[in-house]
Amino acid sequence: MWPILRMVIQRLGLGLLTLFVVSVIIFSSVEFLPGDLAQEILGQAATPETVAAFRKELGLDRPPVERYFTWLGNVAQGDFGKSLANNREISELIGQRLLNTLFLAGFAATIAVPLAITLGVLAALYRNTLFDRMINVFTLTSISFPEFFVAYILILFFAVNWGLFPSISNIGPETSFWDKVYRTMLPAITLTLVVVAHMMRMTRAAIINLLASPYIEMARLKGIKPGRVIVKHALPNALAPIINVVAINLAYLVVGVVVVEVVFVYPGLGQLLVDSVSKRDITVVQASSLVFAATYILLNLTADVLSILTNPRLLHPR
Amino acid sequence: MNDKSEREILLSIRDLHIEGFSDEKWNGIVHGVDLDLHKGEVLGLIGESGAGKSTIGLAAMGFTRDGCRIPKGTVVFDGLELMTAGEAKRRELRGSRIAYVAQSAAAAFNPAHKLIDQYSEAPTQHGIMAKSKAEQDAVDLYRRLRLPNPDEIGFRYPHQVSGGQLQRAMTAMAMSCRPDLIIFDEPTTALDVTTQIEVLAAIRDIVEQFDTAAIYITHDLAVVAQMADRIMVLRYGDLVEEADTRKMLSHPEEDYTKTLWAVRSFQKPQKPLAGAGEMPIISVERVTAGYGKSVMVLHDVSFDIHDRRTVAVVGESGSGKSTTARCITGLLPPIEGRILHNGNELPADFRKRSKDQLRQIQMIYQMPDTALNPRQRVRDVIGRPLDFYLGIRGKEKEKRIHALLEQIELEPSQFIDRYPGELSGGQKQRICIARALGAEPQFIICDEVTSALDQIVAEGILKLLFRLQEELKLAYMFITHDLATVRAISDEVVVMLEGRVVEAGPKDVMFTPPHHDYTDLLLSSVPEMDPDWLSDLLEARKGKSMAPAGN
Repeated sequence: MWPILRMVIQRLGLGLLTLFVVSVIIFSSVEFLPGDLAQEILGQAATPETVAAFRKELGLDRPPVERYFTWLGNVAQGDFGKSLANNREISELIGQRLLNTLFLAGFAATIAVPLAITLGVLAALYRNTLFDRMINVFTLTSISFPEFFVAYILILFFAVNWGLFPSISNIGPETSFWDKVYRTMLPAITLTLVVVAHMMRMTRAAIINLLASPYIEMARLKGIKPGRVIVKHALPNALAPIINVVAINLAYLVVGVVVVEVVFVYPGLGQLLVDSVSKRDITVVQASSLVFAATYILLNLTADVLSILTNPRLLHPR
Repeated sequence: MNDKSEREILLSIRDLHIEGFSDEKWNGIVHGVDLDLHKGEVLGLIGESGAGKSTIGLAAMGFTRDGCRIPKGTVVFDGLELMTAGEAKRRELRGSRIAYVAQSAAAAFNPAHKLIDQYSEAPTQHGIMAKSKAEQDAVDLYRRLRLPNPDEIGFRYPHQVSGGQLQRAMTAMAMSCRPDLIIFDEPTTALDVTTQIEVLAAIRDIVEQFDTAAIYITHDLAVVAQMADRIMVLRYGDLVEEADTRKMLSHPEEDYTKTLWAVRSFQKPQKPLAGAGEMPIISVERVTAGYGKSVMVLHDVSFDIHDRRTVAVVGESGSGKSTTARCITGLLPPIEGRILHNGNELPADFRKRSKDQLRQIQMIYQMPDTALNPRQRVRDVIGRPLDFYLGIRGKEKEKRIHALLEQIELEPSQFIDRYPGELSGGQKQRICIARALGAEPQFIICDEVTSALDQIVAEGILKLLFRLQEELKLAYMFITHDLATVRAISDEVVVMLEGRVVEAGPKDVMFTPPHHDYTDLLLSSVPEMDPDWLSDLLEARKGKSMAPAGN
């Protein structure tokens, strides 16, 4: 087992390195933003003395490299600093929001991933039939519309016309689980419609790609039923590419939900990011970007490790 | 032997036509073949590639590969017409009453499942027995097929088991439902001779024990002679000749059959050993090498290759033949020892060798399909070394390409603009030879150059290589596991086992006893045309405990 452990540690190290590079990029891109931060926050009316005093308070008078490492050191200890806009602890601010975002992403994923893989398997099984084409057309249509459009269409039917689900996903820390599910139903469906096509098509393609293999022919020559040939013989060997595409989509569910959160006024991290950018709350922007980057890297890393683990040659060495 | 022909007919194929779809139309692969098989009988189907052997074998299961169809003909198995029976009915028969053993067990076992799970799949899915019963049964069959650790081997994954063992495990899997008929599709072609014997003996025993009928597909006559009661010779999808095995071997009637029989006749005259003072072109000196730091593949390997000589390096897969070639070409720098070229030490790493040093050593590979870039025309393939090593361009290059194509006996105007996809296997290998010659080397390494080719085509390649050796004064290192090729072309022979040279010397000495034990095992394992050869050999080896190497 130890070569696998070594590989995981190696990948983790690489992930940390990537995260470090990303943090440099985030920090410096904020640094290169035009205008003076203190001036922007205090407004045109501020006297040069107040601006200078505020700069000193923020630590902006120190050189960027030094500030970067102070920031990085604090972040490494879990201290993201304080919001410039309302002076609250950022970790507190982000914490609940991140949980909300993860809840929505997790909810969407629970619907989307099994659905996409099942549809992909079915499409592979009934390849080139009417059923296959219908699924393809439907999923491609849903991915081709912009998210906000899908969201508004859903709101129109499910919220306005039929009144089944609320159009605003207003949840708080004390909302119960089932209530949360009820209130986030529409954003979750929107996200599902957006990500399902990619995963389903990849599943279909990965399976069909294997159907010419000698071991698939062998399974058919053993008189195994077509459904079982696909699920039992093709799918396990197609897992690596499927896992990768699932991970990319999961990452998208966490990172790319900004638009959907705004449409449904959902108190998630994307919403916070948008607000902070408009308020020039730089420290919050930095912190949320870093959290997004970490999520992305972690998911991709998990996918890498999982797809290597599905290879029996590595899992069961000679 | 052939009292089986008195028995009831199990499989009867009439006027079978099979077509394949390519170039936008249906082309005939098999044109009206008839075949009868009695219960318990073993029928050998032989022919070169493209003869339609495998296609007929699969059609006997009512199966066609994607892109093929059966427009005409009947396949009647035990009273049931498979063509009209419907897919569900056919699927019921497959695996339960007709089973299939594929050429490459390594590819035909699903890499994601344990052997025993794949064994028990057919019996459980066909509702013949419960999984626990099937597993007990598997262990019993593994034991009968003389697999090592029969109790445990089933719980391994395919990649954890050697090729010969996998092939036996696949035979066991085919037996899982005790079928009436098994289709063996070249089951030993991918195996070493020493392993092949084990598998052949195991297959023959088990087929006899369970009184199973079989269709045995192969291109190797000597193998089919051991296995079949009756032989059918096929060519381009037509039946050429059919007869009982002994009669077919002793009195073949058709000319084509006779050429198949005579194909191994080529033998070049052996050159005397080089004098003691002569400088070898290539010396491998005490080379030890491996992949990674801990596992050594070669141990203290030394031999010389002299001017205009062919040195055959023989051994089973994994014996270090190709690794030696990689050391000589500098692809794998040895850990100890050195490579000398005309007495001068070559840098161990090819990146440190000069262009001229690189030019002097060329390679021809086993699989011409993968050794040629499918996007390059013949002109570019052959022109590249001319340009790269010799700096020849323009008109002069064109002239040289024409000359090279003539040398390899391909009409220049016809072939110069073709892509590899438009060439046959033998032609592709000739292009590979021309590419090697383009560098004007002194020495060429031929790595299993004929093993992917049909016998008749392979013989043509060997003759060509011999002619070129005389004309261009080349030295060859010939890596092969096929001892017939060794006999045909070599001057000296180096026998390798587990990364060591066990015996080396001039061919005539090597082929006359007494041999080193391993050389003896290797030589005696080459199947002969005599139908009693396998039985006699197994009888002779009994008592002598011959541990099969490499397992």
